[in-house]
Amino acid sequence: MSIFINKDSKVIVQGMTGAEGQKHTARMLASGTQIVGGVNPRKAGTSVDFDVNGETVAIPVFGSVADAMSATGANVTVLFVPPPFTKAAVIEAVDAKMPLAVIITEGVPVADTSEFYAYATKHGTRLVGPNCPGVITPGECNVGITPANITGPGHIGLVSKSGTLTYQMLFELRDLGFSTAVGIGGDPVIGTTHIDCLEAFQNDPNTHAIVMIGEIGGDAEERAAAYIKEHVTKPVVGYVAGFEAPEGKTMGHAGAIVSGSAGTAQAKKEALEAAGVKVGKTPSETAQLMREILQG
Amino acid sequence: MDLFEYQARDMFEKHGVPVLPGIVATTPAEARAAAEKLGGGTVVVKAQVKVGGRGKAGGVKLAHNPDEAEAHAAAILGMDIKGHTVNRVMIAAGAQIEQEFYFSVLLDRAERRYLAMCSVEGGVEIEQLAVERPEALARVAVDPLVGIDAAKAAEIVAAANFPADLVGPVADAIEKLWVVYRDEDATLVEVNPLVKTADGSIVALDGKVTLDENAFFRHEDHAALEDELAADPLEAKAKALGLNYVKLDGTVGIIGNGAGLVMSTLDVVAYAGEQHGGVKPANFLDIGGGASAAVMANGLDVILNDEQVKSVFVNVFGGITSCIEVANGIVGALATLGDAATKPLVVRLDGNAVEEGRAILAAANHPLVTIVETMDGAAAKAAELANA
Repeated sequence: MSIFINKDSKVIVQGMTGAEGQKHTARMLASGTQIVGGVNPRKAGTSVDFDVNGETVAIPVFGSVADAMSATGANVTVLFVPPPFTKAAVIEAVDAKMPLAVIITEGVPVADTSEFYAYATKHGTRLVGPNCPGVITPGECNVGITPANITGPGHIGLVSKSGTLTYQMLFELRDLGFSTAVGIGGDPVIGTTHIDCLEAFQNDPNTHAIVMIGEIGGDAEERAAAYIKEHVTKPVVGYVAGFEAPEGKTMGHAGAIVSGSAGTAQAKKEALEAAGVKVGKTPSETAQLMREILQG
Repeated sequence: MDLFEYQARDMFEKHGVPVLPGIVATTPAEARAAAEKLGGGTVVVKAQVKVGGRGKAGGVKLAHNPDEAEAHAAAILGMDIKGHTVNRVMIAAGAQIEQEFYFSVLLDRAERRYLAMCSVEGGVEIEQLAVERPEALARVAVDPLVGIDAAKAAEIVAAANFPADLVGPVADAIEKLWVVYRDEDATLVEVNPLVKTADGSIVALDGKVTLDENAFFRHEDHAALEDELAADPLEAKAKALGLNYVKLDGTVGIIGNGAGLVMSTLDVVAYAGEQHGGVKPANFLDIGGGASAAVMANGLDVILNDEQVKSVFVNVFGGITSCIEVANGIVGALATLGDAATKPLVVRLDGNAVEEGRAILAAANHPLVTIVETMDGAAAKAAELANA
């Protein structure tokens, strides 16, 4: 068991024929993910060859998401489409009734995200991202850019705004392993939230404990803390980045801006602790807290 | 990116929002010329700073003639308002204000849609009003798929309880302000105050606009709105090199990959610094995913040129980024600098090609470089070196 994706997930890649798309399609294939097609209207009917652990695999290119779905039974799409074209690509996936769209693209205008999020919600497509590393169920399926070889399967669920902090935590706890790790992305508007993941992990029998990584900006962590208090019975450990970030400056993620008192790392840490979450001062200390919980 | 008031004014004008004439000036002589151009009568000299409270700080002055405008500009230019130096003033035409209102439309992150806020009580501290008398501030959700059409504008004006004679003109102004928000890819458009003048017309007297930098690719004119006078020279250099860099006040230079990991690195250094004389991080620098040796070397170059930096902490978790590139970047940058390199470097590498990366650094055996295997241990070492 896992959340959102598993060994049976059939994945198509929107933007597979571009440089980033090709590079990461190769990596996803190498980690055992069932990549069943790519989408590019100008290259429909062709295929792209990938070297998968010494074997050549030809992945077909379809003219549309709908065509790819009817030909392959795909139930996940991952997008490496450049920002100016991301909105149209997501809307195409929603119109094709794709259940899950994982948007890796960084730099999507927030107005576009606001629109395609509203559209996807209305029509029943779950979005992860944008500006995220994607979702990985180690040993089964890797949708996105997370390095698959840094961790293994296990019973920890992870949800994080940050890509590299996700990698850091997957690596620190690689011996214990993960059910699923979801990089939800650092943009001001994202499809799947901390709360969505907490709910899914709470309901997943294979997840025994949860790591939640947050950072300054917005109030998603405070909301998650309230949710944990009410609905999550599994142990949760937390980490929050951005104590040293100055007010009003953007620290890389468009979402990581502190304005005024709300959204500070301190406020988030306090909210999580008040909900019974153990919060580490460093990523390693956080990993250690998780280790103590799982190993008693 | 936040705009100055005069930039917001110009943007409002472009989209048909009613505004008063206003001219930006950077010297007292320009201020005089602007006042003359506006007819030589009463004008307001307004400090252009991207922070609130300028009126209380003495940054807004009424001038009855061009002489006074010049004198006020001379006093206001160069002022420090909450840490912001005043480099520009706007000379604005005077207005006979009868009533003041408030309007804004902004991104509501938590609800993942937009929010319009409106009040018949403007010109005040709106945050204070929102807390003390929330019923006086109408909040209306805006669906991103629909925006503020005529019906939504009417709903906002009704929710704010505008008197009947103002409903039409205020709703009209709100629809135009929405066009600014939508067509310019703003995340905030705020007018405080929106006023009714003696002749009965509705005018946006002061505006605040925040633009989405992710949308600059479809707005060729937006990059030019950036305030070059305020940029820190190191920040400007980093930006020219395509690096994501923010200058801070401490002494430990930081380079890492990924915004989250770099933010975390700042925290871990400050935490370790508590044991080493309270040293703090000197900067935020994210070399991004998949960085090459050249990018790494550029980053190191920016940090080593910061006179405040006493030690450097390179913290990389190789996901897509290869530790080979990072190690080659460090070795290359140090070779280029030669004897000019004097600051100690603590390097922590993990993840993709970590063994190869560490081997490259070990082979170079540079006296300034220390390899530490854990992030917490490396932070402690860097803090210790900065405090030496």
